[in-house]
Parts: sequence; C-alpha cells; structure tokens
Amino acid sequence: MRAPDGSGVGLDAALLSVDNVSLSFGGVAALTDVSFDVRKGEVRAIIGPNGAGKTSLLNVINGFYRPQQGRITFKGETRPRMRPYEAARAGIARTFQNVALFRGMTALDNIMAGRSLKMRRGLFWQLLRVGPALTEEVAHRRKVEDIIDFLKITHIRKIPVGRLPYGLQKRVELGRALAMEPDLLLLDEPMAGMNLEEKEDMSRYILDVKNEFGTTIALIEHDMGVVMDLSDRVVVLDYGRKIADGTPDEVRSDQKVIDAYLGVRH
Amino acid sequence: MLGPVLETLIGGLLTGVLYSLVALGFVLIFKASGVFNFAQGTMVLFAALTLARLGETIPIVAAIALTAAIMIALAYAIERLVLRHLVNQEGMILFMATLGIAYFLDGFGQTLWGSDIYKIDLGMPREPIFLFESVFPGGLLIDPSELIAAVICAVLVAGLAVFFQVTRIGRALRAVADDHQAAQSVGIPLDYIWLIVWAVAGIVALVAGTMWGVKLGVQFSLAQVALKALPVLILGGLTSIPGAIVGGLIVGAGEKLAEVFLSPLLVRWFDLAGGGIENWFAYVLALLVLLVRPQGLFGEKIIERV
Repeated sequence: MRAPDGSGVGLDAALLSVDNVSLSFGGVAALTDVSFDVRKGEVRAIIGPNGAGKTSLLNVINGFYRPQQGRITFKGETRPRMRPYEAARAGIARTFQNVALFRGMTALDNIMAGRSLKMRRGLFWQLLRVGPALTEEVAHRRKVEDIIDFLKITHIRKIPVGRLPYGLQKRVELGRALAMEPDLLLLDEPMAGMNLEEKEDMSRYILDVKNEFGTTIALIEHDMGVVMDLSDRVVVLDYGRKIADGTPDEVRSDQKVIDAYLGVRH
Repeated sequence: MLGPVLETLIGGLLTGVLYSLVALGFVLIFKASGVFNFAQGTMVLFAALTLARLGETIPIVAAIALTAAIMIALAYAIERLVLRHLVNQEGMILFMATLGIAYFLDGFGQTLWGSDIYKIDLGMPREPIFLFESVFPGGLLIDPSELIAAVICAVLVAGLAVFFQVTRIGRALRAVADDHQAAQSVGIPLDYIWLIVWAVAGIVALVAGTMWGVKLGVQFSLAQVALKALPVLILGGLTSIPGAIVGGLIVGAGEKLAEVFLSPLLVRWFDLAGGGIENWFAYVLALLVLLVRPQGLFGEKIIERV
C-alpha cells in the first residue's frame, strides 16, 4: 500500500533499512554485518565509542562508501550502488562531523547551494535573469529565507562562512541540509565542540525540524544527555558491530553497552 | 622618452593578455578540482596544432568549430577515462594524472598531426598601425593582430566571469572547488561539473593556442609558453580569474619594460652582457610575491581557524 504522501512508506514503516552491511578498508573491518532501520518520522541515534564505525555507517548510507556486503533500502527501493548525488536526489541530506561548508561563500549562498537539485530552469534563462528563471530564483530564495529565519541566522547571512564561529557554522550546515527538503536527514555529531548553550539551541532546532517539517533524522552523537533527550530509538555500535538496539531506556541499562563505554574487567 | 616607454608598455600588455589567457585555463581547473593541471600547456599546443592542420584543408571558420568540438570530446574522454576513477583522491594523485595526460597529448598530437612548424592564418591585418602621431614623434607602433587578440580575450574573460558568477553551474563549480564531499552531499554530480570545466578549459586553450599560433607559428615549443603561466598564477593567485588577468598583464608589461630599459642599465653599470631579462624577470617577480603574499595578489586569503 502506498502512503498518502506518495513516498511509498507508511508511518511506522522503515524509511531506511540497512541489511547485513559489511565494510572494510584493506582488510581492516570498519563495519561487520550491521543491520538496523530508521522509521518514518523518528529521531534515530547512532552511538558508540570512538572508532566504532558510526561515521562509516553514515558514509555508506549516503553513498560515499560502497559496502562489500549488504544492502541499503531507502523508500522501498534497494540499490546495489548509490552515488552520493543520487542519494541526495533520492532525498537524503547530511551534515559532517568536521563541518563541510563552502568556505568561500556566504551563509546565504551555502544554503542556496542546498537548493541545487530543486532548480530546473536552463542556462539560457538564467543568463537572462528574466521570465521563468527569475520567478524560480525568487521562489527558492524565499524558501531559503524561511530556513534562515527558522535557524535565527539572519544577521550573518551575508558573511563568508569561513569567518563564522564554529557553532554558527554548524547551524549554517544544518540550514544547507534543510534547504534540500530531505526525507531523511543524517547528522554527524551536530553538537560536537559546542558549549552548553549552543547544544541546547541545536537540540531545540533538531526537535523543531522533526516536529514542524516532519523530517526523519538519524544522528550520531557523543553527549549521552542529548541522545537520551532527543532520540526515539538508539542503535549502539562497538568495533564495527551492532551491540544493542532499542529505546534510550533499554539501551542505557544494557550491560553490553555499559561494558563498551566503561570497559570490562578481565 | 615617453613615446618609447608607452610603446613598450602597450606591446607588453598585449603579450600579457595572451599570458592571461593561458593562465586562465589553469585557474578554471584549479578552482573546480583543486588540481594544478599540468596538461594545460599541452592542451594549448594540441588545440593550435589541430586548428592549423585542419585549416589547411577546410575553411578556417569550420576548422575552428571542429577543433572546438574535438577539445570538448577530449574533455569528455579525460573525465571518463581518468578523473572519474580518482574522485576523492588526494590532490597529488590528480596532479600526477594530469602529468600523464600532458605527455600523452604531447605525443598523440605528433602522431596525429606531425611535428613540423605550421601556420594559422586567420586573415588578420598584419600592417602595423601608428597611434597618436600628433603627440609623439613617429607615433606609437601597434601590431593589429595583437590588438585583436586582446579584444577577443577580453570578451572571452567577460563571458566566463558571467558564466561562473551568475549561473547555477557557477555556484556548483565554486561549491565543488570548496569541498568535494559537501558538494556531492547536496546533489551536485562531480563528474558533470568536471566535464564542463575541462571542456571550458579546452576552449580557452583553443583560443590561447590560436592567438599564440598566429603570433609565433605552431610548433612544439608552444607548450613552453605555458611555463610563463606559472609566474602569472603565482602573481595573481591560483584561484582568481581577475588575478590571472592582472597577473598576465603585469608579467607581460614588466618583462618587456625590463628587457628594453633595465638591460641597458645593467650593461652600463656592471659591464654585463645584458639581454635575457625577459626569460627570468617573471620568475623573480613571482618569487618576490611569494615572499610577501603567498596567496597571490588576488588569491583567497588562507584562513585557518584553530
């Protein structure tokens, strides 16, 4: 049965499912037989100690890495190989651990870049800057201004992002991802390196994105407080394997998770 | 005194425009992929060679169109056969790849077209023109073909500036240059962008090759002209289109002025043989700029947040 929004996925059904994915680099296993799913409308956290393979997993989902085994099903479609721009086209947006912005561009242009896929008019019209292309540009611009308002970054929109403080860069990066109007938003440590106040802001934005836009979110995060507050379900990785999967409460009391984080007495 | 200085200056600037044109090809590819394209000089030669040989059998306008098509096909082949397999590799690896392309193209050009000296005849006026004869005794001597070359170059540069600043492709290109991964993550197909950029660089190489070919004749030393683009790039900054233009003008004018006016002084003061200044002047200038302003006159300031 098709969902009312035409995405092919109903509520509570898996928007994304990762099945038996294994990935290695020159014999070193980064991920081993990892399976989990992300349901439509939820916030799904991926946690684990350093080097557990969390970022590798995101890279597999949006096509930067090609797993040796396993498959990814997104919106009911399974593909053997998805290139990054195909993932973007299918509705997957992401942010990066170390902030990957277009440093030479302004905040506004960065977020406009997120609209790349939505623009349709040909080069000819763009050069003339009249007619349909102008209408289109204006429409996109309005959408982008909405996002800028939403993230409260109006005052910095004309500043080259390389000059912005880290916390604001992270927010611009989120804005760029939102401009894509994705079905699935992948956030790689959205709060890394932030102070408490910035973290609280970012948490609120993430919840607002979920509630107002209905975007499904998968995020990697180290701050346990944040993870427990934000997420509906949590998957835990350790040494590239999944060791737990469930609600925040279930995961928190799981002995294997506690061992992975605190170490086991031998 | 003013007359000869102006005449030398104008001659130098007109040559400088041609340097700018070669440098522009480098800048385009560097901006889009962070790769210094070693093959740019060979592309200039290859385009000139192709045009010269085609021009022997078919009308020049048709030859230009056909050569342009060949340069675009070449860009496609380079993207398909080489670059596509090197996405997300380090800059050094991509640089080595362009080194390979350079030597392949160098030899392939000979295989295809032969290795003699060929002529390109665009039917441009050859008679020198004299300007401001009332102001300066004898007027200022200008080579009309250089003047035409300068105008064509100016038009091309203006067109490119509009293309890259205003259009969506321009925005995508700047995005790719800034960060491969981030660009891909917002849905910009890297291979498509690279194809466009290499095709444009190929066309720029064609224009540069044509102008140099008209001036010097088409021969294999034409690829050496590309070496002059290096100081131009250092001067202007590797990432700046205006930088390539201004850098070319400075080098062109500077070396001519130095050759004409500095070498007699060296001869008189230090009893040197003089001459040859044109060969090293640009490089010394570039070195000085490197010491003072490593990013070049127009390059993006290197911002490092720590």
